[in-house]
Amino acid sequence: MWKLLQIELFKIFRRPRTYIPFAAIAAMVLIIQLGLKFDGRSYLELMMSSLSDSFYIPYNMIMNGYLVAFVILNTLLIQVPLLVALVAGDTVAGEANMGTLRLLVTRPFSRTQLMLVKFGASVIYTILLLVWMAILALFLSMLLFGTNDMLIARNNVMEQIRASDVLWRYIAAFGYATVALSTVAALAFLLSIFAENSIGPIVSTISIVIVLTILSEMRIPLYDNTIKPWLFTSHMLAWKGFFYSRSNGEGAAIPGTVENLPAILRSLGVLLAYIVAFVTAAIWIFKKKDILS
Amino acid sequence: MKNLLQYLYTAYLLLGSVLLLPTGVHAQDAAALLQKVRARLDQVNDYQASGLMKTNVSFLKVPEAQVTVYFSKPDKLKIKNEKGISLVPKGAVTISLNNLLKGGYTTLDAGMDTTAGHKVRVIKLLPQDENADLVLSTLYIDETRLLILKARTTTRENGTYEVEMSYGKYIAYALPDRVIFTFNTKNYKLPKGITFDYDDGSAKKQETSAGAKGKVELSYSSYIINKGVPDGVFQ
Repeated sequence: MWKLLQIELFKIFRRPRTYIPFAAIAAMVLIIQLGLKFDGRSYLELMMSSLSDSFYIPYNMIMNGYLVAFVILNTLLIQVPLLVALVAGDTVAGEANMGTLRLLVTRPFSRTQLMLVKFGASVIYTILLLVWMAILALFLSMLLFGTNDMLIARNNVMEQIRASDVLWRYIAAFGYATVALSTVAALAFLLSIFAENSIGPIVSTISIVIVLTILSEMRIPLYDNTIKPWLFTSHMLAWKGFFYSRSNGEGAAIPGTVENLPAILRSLGVLLAYIVAFVTAAIWIFKKKDILS
Repeated sequence: MKNLLQYLYTAYLLLGSVLLLPTGVHAQDAAALLQKVRARLDQVNDYQASGLMKTNVSFLKVPEAQVTVYFSKPDKLKIKNEKGISLVPKGAVTISLNNLLKGGYTTLDAGMDTTAGHKVRVIKLLPQDENADLVLSTLYIDETRLLILKARTTTRENGTYEVEMSYGKYIAYALPDRVIFTFNTKNYKLPKGITFDYDDGSAKKQETSAGAKGKVELSYSSYIINKGVPDGVFQ
């Protein structure tokens, strides 16, 4: 299995297109960092507009690496599923396209093992993409902007997190994002079974993610309580919940706490269920499939 | 008949004098009392105080913060969080007691009241400058200890502020151990596009309405008094 996984990873990282998402992420992160470095105050003035009449706002302290990383993740984690689909959608369809799939299933591994290894390789790729993003978005931002307490503007409340209370939240958020993006990888992987070339599953995955994301973001009561709770895209943003603290009776944030951990765990459960469902379906279909290419 | 009219006129004048007399005496007392309070405050040229700041504003969720408060005569005041960020209400700095008692004002004695279990004299200050931001200040002064226990200030721009003070270790310098600052808050609402919110499916929170009150509580643990505070701190 391990050898098979190494081969799959080798195949993924041999293709030039694998590196496009890494380059795209680097470009997007650097563009945002550059913009915030030179005009971050304007951005903050907009973000803090509701408070600036009543409070002294230390803009230079608020614009720090933790906030910049949060801004970047908010922007990028909507697009990254598309980048994940580029590789995950290619795992089986790419083999079919090259005519190596039939040869592959003649090897002394079960089809289940083969599929698990291929999905495992997609997950490892997703993790590496997130590690790359963490290095650029978080650690580079910390280097460029320094660190301080983190302020997050929510719809009805402004959250403040102590600098010493931030890093574990990022670790948890990246861990959660790994599961969220693996769900997209699992979907692309499933769709990859049906196609003879990778364009189909990649475009299909991107289309599904876009449509479901729009549905998740829409505020229509009919969908809010019926469809939305079951869409995996509704749960992909729950990583933000790690940055919301509980408050005490006097309204002060309690360091080290999460406002609604059960909701995050519920979302995590939904995503894991989707992953299991997609991968199980992929294995089941692949085992029954006539491999003609 | 003429005598009766003369008698009534004399009685009216006497009654008027009697009725007006206490107001004049109280106004004088109020000014004198303020002078005494001011003299107490004047013995502090500067201080550096360490304390814990608790913010209770419906739309702010911030942790309690260890802050250092710097003051220098006549009216420089700075609240600094050495280990992080603190959002300080604007009035908390501009509406300091020294600020209230500086400049020209007309004093009005508004009688006696009780604040935090202490009998206090209520004195209203009307600024003589018609363009001043302060419209009216009401001070609740403990006459026996010569301490301001509460001050309520109405401004043109930012509504009404209230400062409540309780004294302990540093009463000799008229410096409070605890200050509770209450102020009006404006409506807080950000469009979804620029916020970092996500819907966790929980019940929606009540939207913050305009005109709500915010509260900041400062509990001082120590003061360094009259040892000098560098000007750079206030920039």
